[in-house]
Amino acid sequence: MSISEKWLLPEGIDEILPDEARRLERLRRRLLDLLEAWGYELVMPPLIEFLESLLTGTGRDLDLQTFKITDQLTGRLMGIRADMTPQAARIDAHYLKRSVPTRLCYLGSVLRTRPGAFCGSREPLQLGAELFGHAGYDSDAEILRLALATLKTAGIDEVFVGLGHVGPFRTLVKRAGLDREREADLFEAMQRKSHPEVSALLDAWSLGAGDKTKITALVDLHGQVDDVLARACAVFGADPDFRDVLDGLSDIARRIRDGLASRCLYVDLSELQGYAYYTGAVFSIFIPGLGHAIANGGRYDHVGSAFGRSRPAVGFSVDLRQLLRHIPPDTDGPRGVFAPAVDDDPGLARLISELRTRGERVVVGLPGATGAPADYSCDREIRRGAEGWTIIEG
Amino acid sequence: MKNGVTIALSKGRILEDSLPLLRRVGIVPNEDPTESRRLVLDTNEPGVRLVIVRATDVPTYVRYGAADIGFAGKDVLLESGDGELYELFDLGIARCRLVVAEPRREDGAGHAPIRPRVATKYPNIAHRFFAARGVQADIVKLYGSMELAPIVGLADRIVDLVSSGRTLQANGLVEVDQITPVSAWLVANKAAMKLKHEAITSIMGRLELAVRA
Repeated sequence: MSISEKWLLPEGIDEILPDEARRLERLRRRLLDLLEAWGYELVMPPLIEFLESLLTGTGRDLDLQTFKITDQLTGRLMGIRADMTPQAARIDAHYLKRSVPTRLCYLGSVLRTRPGAFCGSREPLQLGAELFGHAGYDSDAEILRLALATLKTAGIDEVFVGLGHVGPFRTLVKRAGLDREREADLFEAMQRKSHPEVSALLDAWSLGAGDKTKITALVDLHGQVDDVLARACAVFGADPDFRDVLDGLSDIARRIRDGLASRCLYVDLSELQGYAYYTGAVFSIFIPGLGHAIANGGRYDHVGSAFGRSRPAVGFSVDLRQLLRHIPPDTDGPRGVFAPAVDDDPGLARLISELRTRGERVVVGLPGATGAPADYSCDREIRRGAEGWTIIEG
Repeated sequence: MKNGVTIALSKGRILEDSLPLLRRVGIVPNEDPTESRRLVLDTNEPGVRLVIVRATDVPTYVRYGAADIGFAGKDVLLESGDGELYELFDLGIARCRLVVAEPRREDGAGHAPIRPRVATKYPNIAHRFFAARGVQADIVKLYGSMELAPIVGLADRIVDLVSSGRTLQANGLVEVDQITPVSAWLVANKAAMKLKHEAITSIMGRLELAVRA
């Protein structure tokens, strides 16, 4: 085995070194405090469970993303979680069984078989919040506002929100009577916003003129919120299935408008990320200079039904490792007090103990070890002066 | 780039057709990219710049947001595309065909091995094409001079881009199947489409008008 084989980490697997770990841990605490303040209760689902419970109600994508191993005790397949959302849904449906809306949050590593976009991680540190038991647009808006507050608390000021809804596409597919294969083909062309290919498919299937016009119109229904909703009204008219979606999106847009510049809200009725899984409004949050979303979320009603209890649900999640790379660095460096290697000095021992009680980081030198306080990531130092032990700025 | 729009163009054949199209919509590079060795070029339009990259790299630049939009060959999109880009419309430039070719036989008899060996720089497309016809093909990935492979016995067939067909002919090959017509498409980054919606739709609209004209 060569040296490089001993230290190389697998692709998409990363370790976090002291400076970054300190920033990440501060971020983690701030964000958990924020979620707590919004009334979201922390849960800690297991790292590994039986595959069936991990993947129930989710799409094929999550199946492919899940690492699998055989349980030596039962012979059953177990999966390492690739997403904690279904676990939160299971906890809500199976264990909590509350009649009132339930707000849960979680934070932990998930493992994915393939790295995310652009040299992405296979081990994201997923932070998420889920609201179970309320079906209205008010809870969609609460989750979206919480996602925005999360990014703001992390130190990100400039964000763009992409808001969509899986309803119109699903309704149109159903009305046109497309089977699964055709639905998948249409979906795939729609995700590429490939107008010519969508038209070619619809022509090949000889759909009715009404269905065809509406489906092709959907490809172009993206842009500023007022503009898109006005154009969508013109396309779908007073049709109640669409009316409800458009009113809902307008309602969500109104509720998140505070603190979000109008040009930063983008509505797209054909952007259907997570289509297999989501059932209503979906959103992605983007930041300038990053080619993909930094946070995602949406409504996924009735995932809990597989666990015995069908509940409306909406949530969002964000990868803290990725987030950390896009927030401004801390202005203050590491803080700490370096104490000399002096044995059996009660005065020094008392001072060190006092400092530690106050929450100060104290590094005690070791006999024979050399180096300045800065080498131990300390900005101050304890020295013996005329009036006993004093702390000197480094 | 946080402000302005970066357009990724393919080096070589597509570039020769791309520049006149851009000129028709009023975007002219400040230096001639076919002469200049610079890979990033500003244009007469404030905030719009061009990056000149290898044809196969255009989707990568756009997908990861290093460029906001790009002119990418449909062949490259079919080979490496994963739906993470917007493929907006056909620019109608750099037209050619992706075909299957094999050595011409004097006796004219069809030669169809049960498990053909196919040389190509498009392994995914070739694999999908043969699989759809119920043929299991062994793919030999090459980076160039595909026409040589059947001559020296490296492969039974090739899958390659053809425009005039003269190179095939000169090497004793005949086209036996067309997989798909190929041309350059306008692609866009999904995040940029939201972040820079007005700037991108403006260029998109102008290009669409020019292409239709």
